[in-house]
Amino acid sequence: MTDILSPNTEQALSEIILDCKANNQSVRITGGGTRSGLGGAVNATKTLSLKLLSGITLYEPAALTLVAKSGTTYKEIQTTLAAESQRLSFEPMDHRSIYANQGEPTIGGIVAGNISGSRRIQSGACRDAFIGVRYICGHGEIVKNGGRVMKNVTGLDLVKLMAGSYGTLGVMTEVSFKVLPAPERQATLQIANFSVEQAVKAMSKALGSPFEVTGVAHLPNTQDASHTLLRVEGFDSQVTYRLDKLRALLVTNQDVEIIEGSKHDALWQSIRNVDIYTDQTKQLWRLSVKPSDAVKISQQLREKANAELYFDWGGGLIWASMDDQLTNAQSVRQIMTGFGGFATLVRASAATKLKISVFHPQAKGVAKLSALIRQKSDPSGIFNPNLLTSMNLNGDG
Amino acid sequence: MSTIVMPEPDLAILDRRDEIVAALERALPENNVISELAETIAYECDGLSAYRCPPLAVVLPNNTQEVSAIMRTCYELGVPVVPRGAGTSLAGGALPTADSIILGTARLNQHLDIDIPNRFIRVQTGVTNLSVTGAVEGQDFFYAPDPSSQLACAIAGNIAMNSGGAHCLKYGVTTNNLMGVTLVQADGEIITIGGEHLDTDGYDLLGLICGSEGQLGIVTEAVLRILPKPEGARPILIGFDEPETAGQCVADIIKSGILPVAIEYMDRLIIQVTDEFSGAGYPDVEALLIVEVEGSEAEIDQQLEKISAIANKLNPAALRQSHSEEESAMIWKGRKSAFGAVGQLNDYMCLDGTVPVSKLSDVLKAIGELSKKHDMKVGNVFHAGDGNMHPLILYDANKSGDLERAEAFGADILRLCVEVGGCLTGEHGVGIEKRDLMGVQYSDADLEAQMSVKDCFDPNWLLNPAKVFPLALSAARRNRAVQHD
Repeated sequence: MTDILSPNTEQALSEIILDCKANNQSVRITGGGTRSGLGGAVNATKTLSLKLLSGITLYEPAALTLVAKSGTTYKEIQTTLAAESQRLSFEPMDHRSIYANQGEPTIGGIVAGNISGSRRIQSGACRDAFIGVRYICGHGEIVKNGGRVMKNVTGLDLVKLMAGSYGTLGVMTEVSFKVLPAPERQATLQIANFSVEQAVKAMSKALGSPFEVTGVAHLPNTQDASHTLLRVEGFDSQVTYRLDKLRALLVTNQDVEIIEGSKHDALWQSIRNVDIYTDQTKQLWRLSVKPSDAVKISQQLREKANAELYFDWGGGLIWASMDDQLTNAQSVRQIMTGFGGFATLVRASAATKLKISVFHPQAKGVAKLSALIRQKSDPSGIFNPNLLTSMNLNGDG
Repeated sequence: MSTIVMPEPDLAILDRRDEIVAALERALPENNVISELAETIAYECDGLSAYRCPPLAVVLPNNTQEVSAIMRTCYELGVPVVPRGAGTSLAGGALPTADSIILGTARLNQHLDIDIPNRFIRVQTGVTNLSVTGAVEGQDFFYAPDPSSQLACAIAGNIAMNSGGAHCLKYGVTTNNLMGVTLVQADGEIITIGGEHLDTDGYDLLGLICGSEGQLGIVTEAVLRILPKPEGARPILIGFDEPETAGQCVADIIKSGILPVAIEYMDRLIIQVTDEFSGAGYPDVEALLIVEVEGSEAEIDQQLEKISAIANKLNPAALRQSHSEEESAMIWKGRKSAFGAVGQLNDYMCLDGTVPVSKLSDVLKAIGELSKKHDMKVGNVFHAGDGNMHPLILYDANKSGDLERAEAFGADILRLCVEVGGCLTGEHGVGIEKRDLMGVQYSDADLEAQMSVKDCFDPNWLLNPAKVFPLALSAARRNRAVQHD
């Protein structure tokens, strides 16, 4: 059992890091603990909980700006924003169903993993809404970058670097976001019976239209039919108009249904959170690819790894579930060598994770730079040791 | 005598001038190296024209491999490299030093691939911003970032400065529209980052490179996100007798749930000057807002009506909703000619600090007070939706001491922007202009973290040195670089 440290101020946290540095200790950084399945198994001497570094420090609805301490729960942020009819546009997925765990996701965890959802295709990823950060680096110093304004090119953009770094470059204490208005109405056009190829083409056409689709998914095996889903949002009449236009653009003789209300929210929640692949004994992969490659990649995933899968981001994001065998994992990596993009092993047994890299192998030059950046920011290896091991951070290709 | 100082050139490099030019000529095909002063002088400055210095030589490569050969040569010879796009930087980002070579992207001018189904375009980075939209507009697509220099400015410079424009409130800035780059590193090594898919599975090096002002490498190719053109767009013009009310109106619009594609602000000085220059027919008011929304005709009407209702609660002195392309053009006419109009009258310095939208009124008032204190005129025209100010300080370049006074006034405005929670630069970049003010916004530890990232990419500090970071803070690193050769 490792020690759990729970600082309640930035200063106290800084002292903990200095102490780690002096005494050759390392920390596993945790917020709500709901995403600890991401990455390699962390091998640290202590656990650092950010739960007490919590609270919204600034919220200005008229400036579309929110600043919160990193341990603030996403729930608190959602509730606060909803009271002003606003939201975080990137719609972060919740990992609790795929990892079958409890706890409250925190905003720090969302940033650390650059966690986004279906709306990423239209309004950007977490990193795109992320405009400012304060963190403690491996030297124990408080570092800030960016700020609370959405246009800022003052110096190097370490904000982006911190997003998706899984806490390996520093412990974030405060994060700032550009928020957006929540729409008056949301609705989804559901089209039945497209093949994957037809669906990818239709989704591309929708995304290439001026009707601002904000969610574009294809579920190949829903009961007996496939479903292609196009979400639109906006003022009431705007939604009606866009649904009509999309229907005219894409549908010939397929069955069509308009989904709204609580069924609508549940539908997109399940797509975003991968609610259909909760079997803990299965391997789960997340692939980000060029949308038009989705057809071939999905075909090969089915043939070579017997995968079940579905598509978000107009085909650009594939979620694939398969039996937890090393050969399946190797097949995924092998398939991806023929395409651009990356494949992340999101869930697998510890045994599988030991034998294959969780993160997509990086090109040598990129791996070398990443290792150098890590070395500069955390020379003593204090933060989340081993989490990124499989990303070839040693630069040995 | 101006106030921004550049380091003394390295005499050892100047002594080796012929050797360096010869090495570059060997590394490149013919006609890629310019070394005669009569020609290098064309590269002595960028848009911050008060500062000038011809470089040791200029190289104009045609492709990534040639850029790699240049970088390897300069790395081996210990010669600083200053990257230059179209040279439209307003912050001195492309200002050479006498001991540096300018690496220009002018001949990296190919559109390499257009992929409409996957919504991206791949270009060499010397192409102009506007040409990117030009290449895809036939298929009803466009490239969103639209800095006002878009006719001339290069994508290379847009990436270096993370350029924005009038429409970022809805579409974001360059970093939100950049999917991948080919980067040539300081030692000539070529790497690709990102690509035709979204996001990354490692550190976000793409986000780091965007806005890095040529400190980390030379971006030779880029994959840019393109977007379907909206069905239409129309503005509404709203005039107020009090700047504070205009600020309130901006806040009320944003809070209402409408996301306009642009909210532009002009103060009295700018309204008068641009109206005389362009004949836009602007009303005689203290503050003017141009708010533009997009969508179908019906969607536009609905949004403009909502905006009118919000504005009407604040008793506007003027309100003019566009109903046609002609009316839209008239509303935009003055705003689009603002910089040219002011330039006809006076020399001016344009700053671009950003402030929280909630502080706009306070900051405008404070700028007015600073104007009196410094006894210099200032006009304000800016992107109000995102708080990106653009005070234009009027001065006379031929009057001794006037530039220095304008710079002192500008520095006070930027300090003010930081004090109220904003930043030094929203879209022009730091360059040399705000280099020595970085300490106002960032602590030494903050800047050390940034400089240590540069160390990873450019260990010898040969890439655009003496920019972005305060000279005193970067001295040890730059001097170490000199000792290296």
